[in-house]
Amino acid sequence: MQYGILIDTTKCVGCYACEQACSERWGFPTDNEIHELSSIKNTAMKTVNETYVPRMCMHCQDPTCASVCPVGAFQKTAEGPVVYDADKCIGCRYCMQACPFDVPRYQWHSLNPKVTKCDMCRDRILQGQKPACVESCPAEARVFGPLDEIIKEAKKRVAEQPGVYHGKIYGVKEAGGTSVIYLAAKPFGELGLRMNLPEHPLPDLTWAVMQKIPNYVFWGGTLLGGIWWITNRRKEVQALERKLRSMQENSNNHQQ
Amino acid sequence: MHAIKISRLKFWPTTFWVLVGLGLFSMVVRFTQGLGGATNLTDEFPWGLWIGFDVLCGVGLAAGGFVVAASVHIFNLHQYRSILRPAIVTAFLGYILVIVGLMFDLGRPWNIWHPIVLYWNPHSVMFEVGWCVILYTTVLALEFSPMVFERLNLERPQKILHTVTIPLVIIGVLLSSLHQSSLGSLYLIVPNKLYPLWYSSNLPYLFFVTAVAVGPAMVIIESFFSSRTFRREIELPILSKLGKVTAASLAVYLVLKIEDIIDMKLYDYVFAINFESAMYWAEILFGVITPIALFSITKIRQTKNGLFAAALFTAFGFVLNRLNISLTALQQYSPGYFPSWMEVSITLMIVAIGFAAFWLAAKHLPVFPPQETRATASPQAQEKDTVAFIDLPLEPVRDQHQLIPSE
Repeated sequence: MQYGILIDTTKCVGCYACEQACSERWGFPTDNEIHELSSIKNTAMKTVNETYVPRMCMHCQDPTCASVCPVGAFQKTAEGPVVYDADKCIGCRYCMQACPFDVPRYQWHSLNPKVTKCDMCRDRILQGQKPACVESCPAEARVFGPLDEIIKEAKKRVAEQPGVYHGKIYGVKEAGGTSVIYLAAKPFGELGLRMNLPEHPLPDLTWAVMQKIPNYVFWGGTLLGGIWWITNRRKEVQALERKLRSMQENSNNHQQ
Repeated sequence: MHAIKISRLKFWPTTFWVLVGLGLFSMVVRFTQGLGGATNLTDEFPWGLWIGFDVLCGVGLAAGGFVVAASVHIFNLHQYRSILRPAIVTAFLGYILVIVGLMFDLGRPWNIWHPIVLYWNPHSVMFEVGWCVILYTTVLALEFSPMVFERLNLERPQKILHTVTIPLVIIGVLLSSLHQSSLGSLYLIVPNKLYPLWYSSNLPYLFFVTAVAVGPAMVIIESFFSSRTFRREIELPILSKLGKVTAASLAVYLVLKIEDIIDMKLYDYVFAINFESAMYWAEILFGVITPIALFSITKIRQTKNGLFAAALFTAFGFVLNRLNISLTALQQYSPGYFPSWMEVSITLMIVAIGFAAFWLAAKHLPVFPPQETRATASPQAQEKDTVAFIDLPLEPVRDQHQLIPSE
């Protein structure tokens, strides 16, 4: 079963309960000053253009982080969360460089640094509980449930209350679709959400090149081997001809 | 006169030890305070100078190894033999230093073996680059080792290596072309982050073509320096020919860049007046068009200084291009990164070690053909000596046929 989270920014009251619950769940220190995703904040309630915008990992359907990680430390699980395994991580930070939503953060001052990001409280989901941020939300600004039902609910809200919502849903198509869906009263671009993303999964862009590699190795190797064979053969023939010529000259000299 | 000579002699060692000293200090900070203590990297800007220069430029500047190896062994262009060994040494040292640089940049460098041994992700460009770099460094070590064996007068390993030269070179060329281009593929996945002047679906091809261009340019630069350091005659005719390879590759690059402008209708970006377009034009004018012009004019190409200048412009343009892609092109998306002095000092230390290691190799290993014999010998014997120096222990019979004309 694929789960997802619907974030309805029109309902968020900006109480930071989600941040608090998240910090407790991860054992992070509390920081009431900076409300940004950081190595001690896997969800953050940002205030953008007078709107409360809770941010967290989008849990993409085809996650860029999972695609770029050289050791496969990121995985899209069957339940929906994209999870990170620090034991595999080499710390190249390609996930951070590549994430279209700028989610992964880094423990820059650690000597054994990890990437930090939301895992949708997968352990809680497996136990039949809701993610900590959803459970702690007093305003029902975060709704947890099976992804298809969440999307249905989002569409229903938009259709039933055209005065409240600006009419679009964020997350269904962005970068091939995510497991976190946003609703808002304003265009999402005004809430600091990235708007210039393609509708196809970003890993497609790399895969288009990567899949050519086996073919390239085969044909490239054959071609190079062939070129070597020709040039080498030419060299051998030239050497032989030269030898032959010198032998003839020698025998001519002898006859004279 | 005497005093000036001594101070000149002391200049390079002093520079070297100052750079190494500063670098070591930064290294201590890096490994006691973490990446955050030594670098200006942030969550918004996770890749800085070390990826942009140490890795992207380091790998590219070492491309001379595979270009010359392919010319000599695959295309049988034997006139390049005398520069094959210096090119291999540069490449081998270059790759080792890239790996050293990576050890600073990786958050968990002790896990560097993970993608090779334990955890695979064939979808990742980084995974492919890692594999290619490891394998190609091995190939380079094998291509480099004959110089050591020769020096130690070990004939058996030389013979064994000689029998696998061709497959080794073919594998080396394949691996090089793969990861040189893949360093460009790393950026395919960030179309939304890179400034449009540098994003292109052709990125892998652009990276490959520029690597092929800068490889020979680096061989020229390094021949120029070593001719001064070791008071050797420079192989001007051969290097001039090599310069044509650079000019041709840069011309292909220029065409691809123009194609990008037309395909993606980048006119507004190209002719905008901002930081990005200035950097873009600097790269195209000084790093592409200038060297193409210099290398194309026979009179310039065939002089020592002209050739050197053309090669310098190429290398400068190459470095600018890689730094533009890794740093400049991201400034609009997440502004504010500029490398810390500690990042710069570690990069400079790595460069200094590279120069010193090349100097040591050139001094103690048979990297360059001996010249005493060349100066006095006839042109034919000259060629023979050059080739024999490299090949005689490896390929005695065939080369005699080829090179000793008629007796």
